[in-house]
Amino acid sequence: MNATPLLDVTEIRKAFPKPDGSEFVVLKDVNLAVGEGEIVGLLGRSGSGKSTLLRLIAGLSAPSGGAVRFRGEPVSGPTQGVAMVFQSFAIFPWLTVFENVALGLEAQRVPRDEIRRRALAAIDLIGLDGFESAYPRELSGGMRQRVGFARALVVHPCLLLMDEPFSALDVLTAETLRTDFLDLWCEGRMPINAVVLVTHNIEEAVLMCDRVLVFGSNPGRILTEIPVKLPQPRNRLDPSFRALVDSIYVEMTSRRSAAEAVPRSELFPGVGIGTVLPRVSSNLLSGLIEKVAEAPFNGTADLPKIASDLQMEIDDLFPVAETLQMMRFAEVAGGDIKLTEQGLAFANAPLDERKRLFSRQLLSYVPLASHIRRVLDERPSHTARKSRFFDELEDYMNDEAAEQTLRAIVSWARYAEAFAYDDENAVFSLENPT
Amino acid sequence: MSPPNPFGFVRERATRWDVIALILVIGLVAFLGEASRGLMAPLTTIESVPLSLDPSHLPFYAARTTLRMFLALGLSLLFTFTYATWAAKSARAGRLLVPILDILQSVPILGFISITVVFFMSLAPGRVLGAELAAIFAIFTSQAWNMAFSFYQSVRTVPAELQEAALAFHLSPWMRFWQLEVPFALPGLIWNTMMSMSGGWFFVVASEAISVGTTHVALPGMGSYIALAIVRGDLAAIAWAILTMLIVILLYDQLLFRPLVAWIDGLRFEQEAGAYVPHSWALTVMRRSRLISAATATFDAAVRWTSWAMPIGAPPRARDVTAKGLGDWLWFGIILAVLAGALWHILRVLIAQTSFGEAATVVELACLTMLRVVVLIALASVVWVPIGVWVGLRPRVMEIVQPIAQFLAAFPANLLFPLAVYVIVTWNLSADVWLSPLMILGTQWYILFNVIAGASTIPGELRYAAQNFQVGGWLWWRTVALPAVFPYYVTGAITASGGSWNASIVAELASWGHTQLKAHGLGSYIAEATAAGNYHRIVLGIATMSLFVVVINRFFWRPLYYYAERRFRLG
Repeated sequence: MNATPLLDVTEIRKAFPKPDGSEFVVLKDVNLAVGEGEIVGLLGRSGSGKSTLLRLIAGLSAPSGGAVRFRGEPVSGPTQGVAMVFQSFAIFPWLTVFENVALGLEAQRVPRDEIRRRALAAIDLIGLDGFESAYPRELSGGMRQRVGFARALVVHPCLLLMDEPFSALDVLTAETLRTDFLDLWCEGRMPINAVVLVTHNIEEAVLMCDRVLVFGSNPGRILTEIPVKLPQPRNRLDPSFRALVDSIYVEMTSRRSAAEAVPRSELFPGVGIGTVLPRVSSNLLSGLIEKVAEAPFNGTADLPKIASDLQMEIDDLFPVAETLQMMRFAEVAGGDIKLTEQGLAFANAPLDERKRLFSRQLLSYVPLASHIRRVLDERPSHTARKSRFFDELEDYMNDEAAEQTLRAIVSWARYAEAFAYDDENAVFSLENPT
Repeated sequence: MSPPNPFGFVRERATRWDVIALILVIGLVAFLGEASRGLMAPLTTIESVPLSLDPSHLPFYAARTTLRMFLALGLSLLFTFTYATWAAKSARAGRLLVPILDILQSVPILGFISITVVFFMSLAPGRVLGAELAAIFAIFTSQAWNMAFSFYQSVRTVPAELQEAALAFHLSPWMRFWQLEVPFALPGLIWNTMMSMSGGWFFVVASEAISVGTTHVALPGMGSYIALAIVRGDLAAIAWAILTMLIVILLYDQLLFRPLVAWIDGLRFEQEAGAYVPHSWALTVMRRSRLISAATATFDAAVRWTSWAMPIGAPPRARDVTAKGLGDWLWFGIILAVLAGALWHILRVLIAQTSFGEAATVVELACLTMLRVVVLIALASVVWVPIGVWVGLRPRVMEIVQPIAQFLAAFPANLLFPLAVYVIVTWNLSADVWLSPLMILGTQWYILFNVIAGASTIPGELRYAAQNFQVGGWLWWRTVALPAVFPYYVTGAITASGGSWNASIVAELASWGHTQLKAHGLGSYIAEATAAGNYHRIVLGIATMSLFVVVINRFFWRPLYYYAERRFRLG
């Protein structure tokens, strides 16, 4: 590593104003340095601010505090020498493959002969030969993302930023693209000096990166830094690879609850009325309980193991496990999920009994649910407008999160038959309580 | 696919920006009305361009009229690219510009023509040129608003990642406009251009031959030809005119819009294969003749050349917070000043000169016209919704009927008015009742083809499920067909209702030879005021009609549209 790092991020803070005038903090106290020849992974769940950080580095948005320096110069807008690959590819559907790749060079007013030479070279390098005159709609997802890579490489960036570049692809295609990218990187055939990769896939981070920064949520921040010393090419089945993946799993489960600022008892993170609830359907909740209760797990399961059994990503599995933990159907710690007594009872109960159990846990341990139920019970009409609770939630979260939280509560309460909701008039009621 | 949203992004019923916009627009009308009255004096001589009813002149007249249409279309595009871009890019300007656009959509253009004719004729030293400008401006006002709305909506909905990609790869604002925003907006813009062309024929016919008080203008073209045929009561000439219009509409549809639609289908943003791929024989021919590639290559070269010629300027700076600066205060100051001016004109021209009795009469007449519009829309719905559903569920029939419905919407219905007058006079019918259907003659097709489009999107599995459970009869209409087409129906009905208000100005006062028939309503009030050159009444009529249309849109159609969108969205 050189004395001056290629990229230097110091004390970054990013916040958005909320309607009531206070701030919603997305990133806090983020420090990061990237040197020559490094691939650095930003690993975290959605909402942990890692994509926001990437956009700050790219100069697409400005921080509320702190500074981003690229080659020693402060970044105040899109910078020469930094190129980006997007999750949804973001290639222009009305331009051919060649025109898409050439666009960045045209913007820099490179002479036409040179544009042609360099664009064809990038297309060749990235394996798009023969597709030059194709329109994006004629290409598969994998080929479209190759266009995204070629477009980024053609401008000869010093630093390549990748925002979950493989997450919109199917498993097999994603693996092919990763391998191709790593081959080119290791052979030094790409005109780039360093890479910052945003991902929520632990295996992807371990497979590709030299260093992994694990992000936590609320507010988004770096929890820990994990160096990956395994030599390239790495093998997913290698025991040391597996061990590293498992340890990051443990890090992400235990660190999360430990870092939670709200008061908590034992293994259950305390939740207040202002907790943002994930939209997890009751089918997923009962599905996971059943899976963990079944052999070979018999009530206790390793999260990475169950994730790969169910072919789920951590982004999809964690909210389910955490909701079970919140309702005290399960405990989550050290990368393991363990069913509680109630969880086991739920697994063995018939449907009516399940609903009764679910209703009890929901009203006991989810404060928002018990709050709504209490308001409905107290009122003579047994009805309450949604806006009443929405306004309360807005003190704690932004509109989008409040909407999502209320939707989650509605769907759980409907399953539990705890209270009813009429979407057309946006009214909660006790119309068909248990 | 959902029905096109006719309201832009405005969800609220009314904001204070709407009120400001309404005052500004009515103030502008009042100002123009007043200015025109002062300009009348030197223009009292009769404008006489010799016209002939000989059918051999028709190709020349048709060409002149079409030329006016395309000039106006060019103006509309220019307006769209500037006004809509400004509204979309500047949050400050957008807050005012978007409501203004919405109000302008509701101003009855036909009533406006009389004012603009005099205004433009006074501007241009040669009187024919002034009249030409006025006609082109009238067509422009019938075309521009919905095109600008469509472009504004598109620019606002360019996917965030595409914008970021454009920024990250250092595209200049000029390049972003031509390489990102315009291509993204093009499908919606072309569709709206087609709608505008259809609407434009109605107004070109009405704007070429116009009499305001003692000023008479007759520009060589289809509109003047028809006007002359009406005055002379020449039925054969009307037939020739109808035939010519049919041919003209067929020609530009086949040679211009079909190829454009087929070409644009290849540029759609949705990258999935569409269910229906538009074809155009003309596009195939042009492609083979390399006409298209030559044209696009020229366009590409122009874009590249201008991109190079534009200064690079400083790279866009990312900003964190938007602070209220000097610019905001200046902007609000300008708005306040213009608002005060508009209010002053409204006070002077409208309120000060209007007696209470006259105001009451105008409102009463407006209610009569409203009654006509409501009854006609209801009647047209009862007729066309079942037919539209029936057609939409049968792809083969739809392929034949859909282009015919769109064609009928493009056909200027006012060509058929003389025939109606002829029938009413011959059978001695009541003008108050039987002139009314003319208002919806040209606009009912919007209901039909929107319902057809809606019915064709009902998923096959939903229909099979209904069949499987033997859902039939009224139950099927209530649970399957009507909910599925409802959002589309509302979109069509909004267009039809707005168009009918506008058409009332020509429909409620129709003539044939020396016979003139009048139905009592706001439309005939404006038409009579125009013929008499009474500017105060014209402005009063226009303002009242605009107010009625805006209020009906805000408090009936808009809530209905969002209700339909929320409640009956498929999937």
